[in-house]
Amino acid sequence: MNFDFSDDQKQLRDQARKFLAEKCSPKAVRVVLDGKAPYDKELWKGLAEMGFLGVAIPEEFGGAGAGHLELCVIAEEMGRANAPVPFSSTVYLAAEALLIAGSDAQKKKWLPAIASGEAIGTLALFEGKGNPSPKNVKLTAANGVLNGVKKPVADGAIADFAVVAARTGSNGRDGDISLFLVDLKAGGVEVKNLTNLDPTRGQAEITFKDCKAEPLGAAGEGWSILTQVLDRAAVLCAFEQVGGADRALEMGRDYALDRIAFGRQIGSFQAVKHMLADMYVSATLARSNSYYGAWALSTNAAELPEAAAAARISATQAFQHCAKNNIQVHGGMGFTWEFDCHMYYRRANTMALGLGSLSYWEDQLIDRMRKKNAA
Amino acid sequence: MNFDDTPQEAAFRETARKWIEANAPKELHAELSKSSLGRIRLANHDIVDVGKAWQKKKFEGNWACLHWPREYGGRGATPIERVIWQQEEGVYGKLTQPFQIGEGMCGPTVMAFGSEDAKRRYLPKLASGEEIWCQLFSEPSAGSDVAGLRTRAEKKGDNWVVNGQKIWTSGAHYSDYGLLIARTDPNVPKHKGLTMFFLDMKSPGVEVRPIKQANGMQEFNEVYFTDVVIPDSQRLGAVGDGWSVSLTTLMNERMSIGARLATGVPEMFEFCSNLMLEDGLAIDDPAVRSKLASWAAKSSGLKYTSYRTISALSKGERPGPENSIGKLVSGMMLQDIATYAMDLQGAAGVLTGNDEETVQGQFQQMLLSSPSMRIAGGTDEILRNIIAERVLGLPGDIRVDKDVPYNKIPTKGR
Repeated sequence: MNFDFSDDQKQLRDQARKFLAEKCSPKAVRVVLDGKAPYDKELWKGLAEMGFLGVAIPEEFGGAGAGHLELCVIAEEMGRANAPVPFSSTVYLAAEALLIAGSDAQKKKWLPAIASGEAIGTLALFEGKGNPSPKNVKLTAANGVLNGVKKPVADGAIADFAVVAARTGSNGRDGDISLFLVDLKAGGVEVKNLTNLDPTRGQAEITFKDCKAEPLGAAGEGWSILTQVLDRAAVLCAFEQVGGADRALEMGRDYALDRIAFGRQIGSFQAVKHMLADMYVSATLARSNSYYGAWALSTNAAELPEAAAAARISATQAFQHCAKNNIQVHGGMGFTWEFDCHMYYRRANTMALGLGSLSYWEDQLIDRMRKKNAA
Repeated sequence: MNFDDTPQEAAFRETARKWIEANAPKELHAELSKSSLGRIRLANHDIVDVGKAWQKKKFEGNWACLHWPREYGGRGATPIERVIWQQEEGVYGKLTQPFQIGEGMCGPTVMAFGSEDAKRRYLPKLASGEEIWCQLFSEPSAGSDVAGLRTRAEKKGDNWVVNGQKIWTSGAHYSDYGLLIARTDPNVPKHKGLTMFFLDMKSPGVEVRPIKQANGMQEFNEVYFTDVVIPDSQRLGAVGDGWSVSLTTLMNERMSIGARLATGVPEMFEFCSNLMLEDGLAIDDPAVRSKLASWAAKSSGLKYTSYRTISALSKGERPGPENSIGKLVSGMMLQDIATYAMDLQGAAGVLTGNDEETVQGQFQQMLLSSPSMRIAGGTDEILRNIIAERVLGLPGDIRVDKDVPYNKIPTKGR
């Protein structure tokens, strides 16, 4: 059994960690947090130069052609560094949708631009409250034009193109939904920035008014493609969440060693020690589930839907748990803007909702386990 | 990343599988396959009798205590081969329950600290199951704080005379030998006055009494010592070094990897899939699904955590600390699952007999037994301390009794 990343992949992780430690310090993240830039352009350029944006994109489309395991280790580091760039929207959602369903021309147009850092992509799925579901898609597509409103769209204000879920039927079935590719710079859209929980990652409202769009994948196949995209993104996001959880745990541990109260390190009090031990337990469960998700993703295994849901649940819970208790370990200082704890708290709770909420994925896991048991 | 054996591992697995296929007591397979918590009970057999028969067969086929050196009755196998064996042995592994303390804790301690004569005399018979060993550490006043133990051993000529009481001793009533830690010097701080011995459980003055547990069962014992004589040749390690010897024993306990811990998740999934509530099946209820999914994710997290450990062993690496979370997570989960299953049963949940509504009372039994999972082999609190101190590097507790002579430590609160 070799249920671990290879030495090369671990080396890539170290390389990414070193790069991000240098280029994505908390100070750099704060430039975006404080609203001085919509995202870290320099970092984005650097990620492209390092080959990280296209690590799982095949060489024929301008990527490094490495694979999803390589993307997983980079994702973990992006989460650890709380990187203020549209990585997940562009790489996990837009690029994966293109890889699954794009025509050769579409792939040739957008994938090399993603890998080189020239194009930012996103997925426009949600329309207000609610989880991923065909019945929540109201935006219509007819005669090659889209009409409707998507919100929130992660990184929507800085994106160059979007994969848009649209209603093309009204039979109350999954087949009512089709996907479209929209060049957001070509007109027909109105983009509005929305204030949100984690200012290091923008959220937008995009209004489509007779907006020209080309189909992505076959008509009526939208929901089936989206399900695959969300499963893949769930695994990749889980690695970001694991990276964030680990970092929050480290911050809490370091502070507990450093802070003196009642004449001793607060990390010597069992109430604090046990809180940190429980954080380690969550982070470990999440990591192990995510490894299984990585295996399923990289081999395109039949187990992917179940593995992705378990990884998503476990990683969401771990990041929320670690980010929350990291503040608690820090006490009053953890509640200041100056300390970095809140950045991870914001990111953890934003990531918990981005692909559908925890309860949505819990529902998915039970459905998928039942399907497996029935088979 | 893959779940495949290396060619050597595959060959080893094939050899093990063939041997088990030809030798295992297949007539017991169905009964052993039923999930159960705690001690195994068989309808028509004593677990010790059938266990001894299986252990003897394994020993003769060179499959007993396989990570031990050959000269002491083992196979000289690698850690990963041991894991593969356990996977292949499957439910028959439950038959080894009477020998686990000996194989996992007593044997390795004798191996590390016993004389060559003692090793050759005792270890092969331990491996073959001919002689069963138990471990005599915990006392009524020394549980998590085991170094606070009171059982005294006093030197009389070439012998030691032991007086005191041990508790929570699994298998004391059928054991031939016991590994005993006792206080040999009460005038020095508690960790420094301890010494390790082994003794014949049939020695005069040893009395074994079963404990009736909170769940109504009797799985453990109290062992009383009244002027029990132990020859000095049965001392393990130097006088006063008992604490560091015991750390070897306990470290071996924690190394037992691949041991599958019951989580209650498969039972709960099946229960919810069949339980009809007022509005339909329990598994279609959003509240039930949410809890069930969180438990399922934890359970799969434990499974793949153990796979990571096995992978490290397969590469010949030392496993990381991740394996330390298993009992902590599964113990609490069992208790939570039992409570919630009974909640779903409503009024009928109080019934513990062969009632259809409660699926033969399996969750009620789980509820009553699960507290022990959170205590035995290290309480949840001790496990959290271990993770905090050894994994995260946080400071150890401040020990107010650390430098105090044992006989000056207060023994009663308030």
